[in-house]
Amino acid sequence: MGEAFTLLGFGPEGWGHALLTAGLTTLAVSACAFACGLVLGTLCAWAKIAGPPVLRRAADIYGVVLRGIPDLLVIYLFYFGGRQIVTAIANQFGHTGPVEISGFVAGSLAIGLISGAAQAEVLRGAFHAIPPGTLEAARVTGMRRWTMFRRIIAPQALRTALPGLGNQWQSVIKESALVSVTGLVETLRAVSVAANSTELPFLFFLAGGAIYLAITTVSGLVFRFAEWRAMRGQPAMRVGG
Amino acid sequence: MDLAFIAEVFPKLLAGLPLTLSLAVLSLSGGAVLALMLSGLRASSWLGAQFANFYVYIFRGTPLLIQIFLIYYGLAQFPALRHSLLWPLLREPYVCAVLALMLNDAAYTSEILRGGLRAVPSGAIEAAKVAGMSRPTMLRRIVLPLAFRQALPAYGAEVTSMVKATSLASVVTLMEVTGLARAEVSQSYRAIEVFLCAAVIYLVLVTLITRLVHWLEARLSTHRSPALDRSPA
Repeated sequence: MGEAFTLLGFGPEGWGHALLTAGLTTLAVSACAFACGLVLGTLCAWAKIAGPPVLRRAADIYGVVLRGIPDLLVIYLFYFGGRQIVTAIANQFGHTGPVEISGFVAGSLAIGLISGAAQAEVLRGAFHAIPPGTLEAARVTGMRRWTMFRRIIAPQALRTALPGLGNQWQSVIKESALVSVTGLVETLRAVSVAANSTELPFLFFLAGGAIYLAITTVSGLVFRFAEWRAMRGQPAMRVGG
Repeated sequence: MDLAFIAEVFPKLLAGLPLTLSLAVLSLSGGAVLALMLSGLRASSWLGAQFANFYVYIFRGTPLLIQIFLIYYGLAQFPALRHSLLWPLLREPYVCAVLALMLNDAAYTSEILRGGLRAVPSGAIEAAKVAGMSRPTMLRRIVLPLAFRQALPAYGAEVTSMVKATSLASVVTLMEVTGLARAEVSQSYRAIEVFLCAAVIYLVLVTLITRLVHWLEARLSTHRSPALDRSPA
């Protein structure tokens, strides 16, 4: 037991610093991926609600395809596929041999693409929950589209979307573990390395699980607080009905 | 696009489909049984409910990949287990992958089931009680069918997400569709073509399952079909 504490601690023998850095890397990848997903999701939700038919169709296809492919394959496609493309381009310019690409960038783009498909649905649902009267009122007062989006649509839609976006953030954190296949030293990769060199796989994978659990638990609390704040001044939600 | 290469790769990847399907079917059925047990536990006592909640919290709060690693690599840390009768089984990547997928699926399915059970109208339960049904009969004839219908859309999503999750088994050396694709890429270095082929296989599979679930939903809700809906519009 004492040995376990030394190994997980911050002493010279301990893996504490490595695991802390890895946990922060997990957070960084997740944050980038979530931001990518939010941008993509917003664009797709817009395309589905008000876009021209071509874009609407494209957004639908994107959603169906991304929901039908394993996350791991999307990451492989971005990482190995991206490397293939970058290498081909570099070879055109006289570079020889394969070019490495960043696991961080490929991973967060891949997970952002996956999450974007789901976030589009969350945001679309939230848009439809906006009372139509507020949109009419904005139009009647002569607001321009961007002002209307900023002042009327976004604040109301985001409030409804918060729980759904919170779920998406939790999925993104868990999906970020898959980025370990690119060699990026995030939590799962770091505990795998520690497990190998100490020959205590159970201890370190358990510690890795604890790191993820801590991140998901704390973010769950943060989102619940944000929901509570966003709901201030709103009539209490009716249960059922 | 090199069509000849794709035509060559496609059958190679399809060879992994039986393993993908067997992983999915086994872990979904095991997960369903475990989820029912968790629901029973939740209804049984305060302590049982606490345990069920804790189980769901742990398995939903951590990535599936780390759960697979914990079982596949982690268990080897215990000499007692390595010398036990179970070891020939627990050493197998297939058994470990199914075990992890099953335990993970149980957590998500039990939450879906909980939602379904909550949606059973109390009037239906009262009517069953008044009619003198025993508890098992009531469960079998009234509660579970109603809960199942209610939970079907969410459970359909869980089925497709488990089919996709089987791709993680490739990380512990199993040669299902993703594993075969990975191996093919390390030989041919043509990542885009090979992984896109694999993606098409999953996409078709998931689309078929989604269709099946929609069909089942429609069949199980004939009483709600628009043709029979007499409520004033």
